[in-house]
Amino acid sequence: MAQMQKTLEVRNLRKSFGGVMAVDSVSLEVAQGEMLALIGPNGAGKSTCFNMVGGQFPPTEGEILLNGGDGTAVPIAGIGSRRIWQLGVGRTFQITATFTSMSVRQNVQMALLSRRHMIWKFWPRADDLLSDEALALLEQVGLQAQAERAAAVLAYGDLKRLELAIALAGAPKLLLMDEPTAGMASGERTALMALVRRLVSTTGISVLFTEHDMDVVFEVSDRILVLDRGRLIATGTGAEIKANEQVRAIYLGTGRTSGGH
Amino acid sequence: MILFQILTALGTASSLFLVAAGLTVIFGVTRVVNFAHGSLYMLGAYVGWVVLSHLPQTIFGFTLGCLVTAAIIGVLGVLIEICILRRLYRVPELYQLLATFGVVLIAGNVVQLLWGTRVVTLPRAAWMQATISVSGHPFPVYSVVMMVVGPLVLLALWLLFSRTRWGALVRAATEDREMVGALGIRQNILFTTVFGLGAALAGLSGALSLPQVAATSQMALSAVSDAFVIVVIGGLGSVTGAFLASVLIAVLQTFGAIIIPQYVMVAVFSVMAVVLVLRPNGLLGRAGKGGRAMGDLPKLVEGATKLVIGLGVIAFIAAALVPAFDTGYVLSIMQDALIAMLFAASLHFVMGPGGMPSFGHAAWFGIGAYGAALSASSWNLPMSESIVFGVVTASILAALVGSFMIRLSGIYLAMLTFAFAQVIWALATQMTGFTGGDNGILNLWPDGVFASPTAFYALVLALCAGGVLVLRRVLFSPFGFALRATRDASARAAASGIPVGPVRHVAFTISGGFAALSGGLFAFAKGSVFPTYINVSHSIDALIIVLLGGIQTMAAPVVGALVYTGLRDYLQAATTIWPMLLGIAIIVIVSLFPQGIGGAAEHWWARLGSRAKSKGG
Ligand SMILES: Nc1ncnc2c1ncn2[C@@H]1O[C@H](COP(=O)(O)OP(=O)(O)O)[C@@H](O)[C@H]1O
Ligand SMILES: [Mg+2]
Repeated sequence: MAQMQKTLEVRNLRKSFGGVMAVDSVSLEVAQGEMLALIGPNGAGKSTCFNMVGGQFPPTEGEILLNGGDGTAVPIAGIGSRRIWQLGVGRTFQITATFTSMSVRQNVQMALLSRRHMIWKFWPRADDLLSDEALALLEQVGLQAQAERAAAVLAYGDLKRLELAIALAGAPKLLLMDEPTAGMASGERTALMALVRRLVSTTGISVLFTEHDMDVVFEVSDRILVLDRGRLIATGTGAEIKANEQVRAIYLGTGRTSGGH
Repeated sequence: MILFQILTALGTASSLFLVAAGLTVIFGVTRVVNFAHGSLYMLGAYVGWVVLSHLPQTIFGFTLGCLVTAAIIGVLGVLIEICILRRLYRVPELYQLLATFGVVLIAGNVVQLLWGTRVVTLPRAAWMQATISVSGHPFPVYSVVMMVVGPLVLLALWLLFSRTRWGALVRAATEDREMVGALGIRQNILFTTVFGLGAALAGLSGALSLPQVAATSQMALSAVSDAFVIVVIGGLGSVTGAFLASVLIAVLQTFGAIIIPQYVMVAVFSVMAVVLVLRPNGLLGRAGKGGRAMGDLPKLVEGATKLVIGLGVIAFIAAALVPAFDTGYVLSIMQDALIAMLFAASLHFVMGPGGMPSFGHAAWFGIGAYGAALSASSWNLPMSESIVFGVVTASILAALVGSFMIRLSGIYLAMLTFAFAQVIWALATQMTGFTGGDNGILNLWPDGVFASPTAFYALVLALCAGGVLVLRRVLFSPFGFALRATRDASARAAASGIPVGPVRHVAFTISGGFAALSGGLFAFAKGSVFPTYINVSHSIDALIIVLLGGIQTMAAPVVGALVYTGLRDYLQAATTIWPMLLGIAIIVIVSLFPQGIGGAAEHWWARLGSRAKSKGG
C-alpha cells in the first residue's frame, strides 16, 4: 500500500450535480497538526468538498486518501461516513445537526457511547454512562452550564459549540468544520477558533475548516485555499493570499471582510 | 383470449386510475394522505346505484348518472375539506391521516345504516352487453367504454393542468411547497377545489364500476389500499405515474387471478417492493423533502417523574386485583386492554423513537397469532412453546422484510408497511387449507398451569406489563439513544459512527417480535384466530392508540390503550352507531389535541408547574 506523510490528500476531486460542476479538479493536502482554511464565496463548493471527504456523498471523480496512522494511504472516496469516522475523521455540519430529543450532555454521551462500541447495549441506562467524560468535553467548549438543557432550545452559537463537542467525542485525527462560527458574535468566533487552535497545538490533530470571517481565518489558519465556482484559484499563507490579485478581485476586492449567510 | 384479458385489464386499470389520480393530486397539493379516498369511491358506488336506478338504461342515462354521481361526491369532498381537513393542515401528517380515518368510520357507518350489509348490484343493461368487433373478436361495449375512460380522464387532467390558470397553480403547488404559503387566501380555494376534484374522480369510478363490481361496505378499504399501492409505485403527486402504475397493477391482478389466484396480493406487493427499492420515489415521483410525519422538534425525552411512576404502580395493582372481583366480562375487557397496550407499545417503539411510521403493524400481531395457533393445532405444541414459536417466526420475518423496509421513510414507509400487512391478510384469507381462511383456527386454549382464566390473566398481565417496561427500558439504553439519534439527525448519527441502518433494522425486528407476543397472547385469550386480526382496522387501532397517547410521550401506548379500548368497548356495547361516534371522537381529538392526549396532559402539567413556580417565586 502507498505511503503518505500527510493526514489527508485529495487529488482531482470532482462533483457534478445533474451536469453542474459543483467541485472541479480540486487537489489539496492537510499536514498533521495543520489548520487549513478553505475559503470562497457562497456556492463555491466548500460544503460539497466537506461532504465528499466526510463521506456524506461520493465524489463523481477523484481520489481521497487518509493516513491510516502508520503512514499507509487509505482511499476513502465513496466509502460512507461511518467507515470514514472509524478512520478518525470527525466533522461539524454547516446546517447544525444535533440530537434534538436529547439534552446537551446526552448528545455528547451518545457520541462517546458510539466511540466506545457501546451502542449495542440494551439494558443499562445510557444517561448514567460516560457522563463525566461528556461533561469534561462540554467544559472544553464552554457549554458545561447548559449541560442539562435540551439541545433543541440552544442558541445557534451554542449549537455550533455542541457540534464541536460531539465531533471531538470521536477523538478525531482530522476535524472537518463547515462554517463552525456561523451565527456567532464576532468575539465568540475568535474565542471558538482560538480554542480549536489550542486543541491543534496540544493534541496534534489536523483541521480543515471554512469560515467567512477573514480576520479569524488569517489569525488561526496555517494555510489558506481559495475556491471559486468549484475551482481552486489560490493557495498560500495569509500574507500570500492577501497579496494575490485574483483573490482580491473575486473575493476580498468587494471589500468584504466577513459575510456569508 | 389473451387479447380479451388485456382489454379487461385495461378496463380495471381505468377504474383504479380514477381513484388513484384523485388521491395523488390531493396529496401533491395538500400533502394530506387521504385514507377516506376509498370511502368516497364506495359512496360513489352507492349513490351511483340510487341515481342510475332512476335513469333510463341507455348509454346516455348511464353517462348522465355517472356524471351526476361524480358531482355529488365532489360536493361531498368539498364539504369534508371545509369542515374537517382545513383545520388540520398545520397538524403533523400522521394526525391528518388519522382524521381521514375518522371519515372512513363515519362513511362506513352511514352506508351500513342506509343500505345495511346487503350487496348492491346493478345489472348490466342491454347496451352494455352488446358487442362490437375488435380485430375479429367480439367485445362487450361496457368493457370498451371502461377501457377508454382512463386515458380520456388522463388527457382531460393533462389539459386541465397545462392549459388553465388553476392547473398551473396546482402544478406549482405540487412542485414547490414554499409557493403554497404565498398564495394566501387563494390557498384555501385551491385546496378545496383540488379535494373536490379528487373526490369527484373517486365517485365517478365507483359509479362506473357498478356493472362489474358490486357495492359493499367493505369496498372502501380495499379500494384505498389499491390506490395507495398505485400512488406509491407511480410516485406521490404524479398523475401520469399513477396511470402507468394502474395499468401495471391491473395487468398483474388480471393475469395473476388466472395464473396464481392465491398469490395475487403477494405478486402486487413484490412488484411494489421492487419498484421502491430501485426507485425510492416511485416511477415518476420526485425526491421530496421529508415531511413532518410526526410533528416538529421532538422534545427532550426524560425518565418518568415520581407522579407517573406512582400512577403506573397504582394502575398495575388495580389491574392485578381485577380477578378478585370479576372473572368474566371485566376480566376479558382488561385482558384485551393489556394486550392492546403491548401491541401499541411495540408500534410506538418503532414509530416514535425509531421515527419509522407503520400503517400495517397488525401484520406482526397476526403472524404471532397465526404462528402460535398453527403450531399449537398442527404440532400440538403446548401454549407457551407455540407463543414462542410465533414470536420467533415474526422476528425472523421482520428481520427479512425489515432489510428493505428500513431504506424508506415517512409516508412511503407507512404505505409499504400497509401493503405488506395486506399481503399477510390476503394469505390468511386465501390459503384456506393452511389457515382455515375466514373461518380461522378454533379451539386454542391455555393449558397446564395457565388453564384457569385467573392464571392466564396473570400471565397476560405479567407479559404485557413486563413487555412494555422492557421496551421502555431499552429506549433509555445506549441502543435506544442510538435509535433516537438516527431519527433526530441521521447524517450526524452516521458521522458519529452510529450504524444507522443496522440500528433501525434491529429496532424494526424487536418491534415485530413484541407485536407478535401480543398476537400470540391474543390467540389464546380468544381461543381462536381470524384474518381480522391482520386487517387494516386493527393496524389503525394501534396507530390510534399511539397517536392518541402522543407520539413523543413515552407513556403514550399505556394512556392511549386505556382511553381507546375503553371508549371503543363502551360505544360498541352502547350503540350501533359506534363507528360514527368513534370517527367523530377521533376527528375532534385530533383537532383539539394535535400532540395527542398524553402530550396535551404533559403540556398542561408543565404549564401548571411553571405557573405555580411563578406564583411561589
Ligand atoms: N445536494 C445538492 N444537489 C444539487 N446541487 C447542489 C447540492 N449541494 C450543493 N449543490 C450546488 O453545488 C454548488 C456548491 O455548493 P456548496 O458546496 O454548498 O457551496 P458552499 O458551501 O461553498 O457555499 C452550489 O451551486 C450548489 O447549488
Ligand atoms: Mg457551505
